Amino acid sequence: MDSTILSSSNLSIGYKSKKDEIVIAKDLNLNLGAGKLTALIGANGIGKSTLLKTLTGIQKPLSGTVLINGEDIHKMNPAALALHLSVVLTERLPPSNLSVFELVALGRQPYTNWIGTLSKIDIAKINEAMERSQITHLAHKKHYEISDGQLQKVLVARALAQDCPIIVLDEPTTHLDLLHKVALFKLLKKLTQETNKCILFSTHDIDMAIQLSDEMILMTPESITQDMPCNFIANGSFNRLFNDENILFDNQKGKFIIS
Amino acid sequence: MEANKRNSILFIILIVAAFALFIINISLGSIAIPLKDVFKSITGSIASKETWQYIIVNYRLPKAITAVLVGMGLATSGLLMQTLFRNPLAGPYVLGLSSGASLGVAMIILGASLLPVSVSAFLLSSYGIVLASSLGSFLVLLAVLAVSYRLKDTMAILIVGLMFGSLTSAVVNTLTYFSTAEELQKFTFWSLGSLGNLSWTAITILFIAVLIGLSLSLISIKSLDALLLGENYAKSMGLNYKKSRLLIILATSIMAGSITAFAGPIAFIGLAVPHIAKLVFQTSNHKILFWSTVLFGAIIMLICDSIAQVPGQDFSLPINAVTSLFGAPIVIWLLVRKKKMMG
Repeated sequence: MDSTILSSSNLSIGYKSKKDEIVIAKDLNLNLGAGKLTALIGANGIGKSTLLKTLTGIQKPLSGTVLINGEDIHKMNPAALALHLSVVLTERLPPSNLSVFELVALGRQPYTNWIGTLSKIDIAKINEAMERSQITHLAHKKHYEISDGQLQKVLVARALAQDCPIIVLDEPTTHLDLLHKVALFKLLKKLTQETNKCILFSTHDIDMAIQLSDEMILMTPESITQDMPCNFIANGSFNRLFNDENILFDNQKGKFIIS
Repeated sequence: MEANKRNSILFIILIVAAFALFIINISLGSIAIPLKDVFKSITGSIASKETWQYIIVNYRLPKAITAVLVGMGLATSGLLMQTLFRNPLAGPYVLGLSSGASLGVAMIILGASLLPVSVSAFLLSSYGIVLASSLGSFLVLLAVLAVSYRLKDTMAILIVGLMFGSLTSAVVNTLTYFSTAEELQKFTFWSLGSLGNLSWTAITILFIAVLIGLSLSLISIKSLDALLLGENYAKSMGLNYKKSRLLIILATSIMAGSITAFAGPIAFIGLAVPHIAKLVFQTSNHKILFWSTVLFGAIIMLICDSIAQVPGQDFSLPINAVTSLFGAPIVIWLLVRKKKMMG
């Protein structure tokens, strides 16, 4: 596992309340490599967001560490972390007049001066990010004028412009129709291959994730396991995902069927 | 790049307009003074009548400068609040900052008699009042912020601000009940709001306070831009959220506090002016919004003050009445055409 960039060691995630700790998962040892597209799947409420928040440094772990190139991200300052890891979140953007170009340009904040002036390099990186995400034609539109599918690509472009080896996306395909889901998945796949980035995303579109991702992290109430999609199919792991007799995973077709 | 050209032209127009309105504001009043003489006396030469010279230097010039400082400061603190609270309707008046400042001032004016003379003498000085008023608005802002942590809904924050406003005015009312007629009169005059009657010392203090506030805002421009995407994105782009938020809050309470201390609570400027800037420049980029808000703040306050003087008449309107007449319709209009772009 030479290509590993992002890893966790003996990681416990969950919440601390005044009285006790609510542990969502423990003893997590995950390894995410460069040039790999990794999908995080699991039922609603299983703690995917909590895991992503902990892996991106937004939330503190209960115990254990998250490492980027061997360095503990929860001990890094935000400015240093911003050079390693960029995110696409599910939360709605606050109201503003930002144009698509300005939104993508915000990704350059870790590199700009005290007042945020864009240098020639910054502008080149922004244009490159917009080209890779195929949104150049939207550059001068306001971000509220474009469709959800386009906005998702814009947010990916912003994360790209931040120029980090790792991108983490929280449910980027939710609310999108099939066409835009496929387009976004293919974009993520292309980015991992062309830029050798390590991309981790959570999703409910398991069939598509099986077809496109290099690795998967499967969250079930019993365990969190990381493996290649074909191995998960071979050992029947997907049937443990929902624990419901009405949903069965068809190993031949590679997708869920209703029984 | 066309947008850049358009912005440059707009900025030139605004700067020229601000200067022109400054001169016009000084020339208007119960006695009209020719623009030529206004220009002469503020550039150091002598106006053609000695009384004009006297009126300009001692009354009109201080008032015009106060108007500019008040407009700039209130409008900028409104812009900061709108971005920090992600709420287009936020502003120093709406969030209860002005009420907090009132409470600070009320405590001093109405409560000074309870303290030893040496202490009350300091407190009643300009410095004491600015300090109390800034502290009052700072505390209310902290309280609003603390509550807003628990509320995801940004509209609820406004209601919280409103409630803090009511709470502080209730305390002020209780204080007035126990104070002497003389103290009460002093406080009432203050609370009506006025740009005039400021000594040059007071203007110097106000100038320094607004300058500090504007400088803090200027160094917050980059963080404000990051906050356009919300707290989590801002953090992911390397923003030190706690530090940036503290700077923004300090800037706001210093400006709103000191302005309220000297000019009384002035409504709607902080809320309406940033929207005018956003509407005209069609951007959320704080590098542009900051300067345009500062300029529009000065311009609109000068216009409001010129109207308040009722040119040619012996009486003048309270400045608060004029800013409300101008600002309230803008707020209603904003609510009616509530669209995603407001921000």
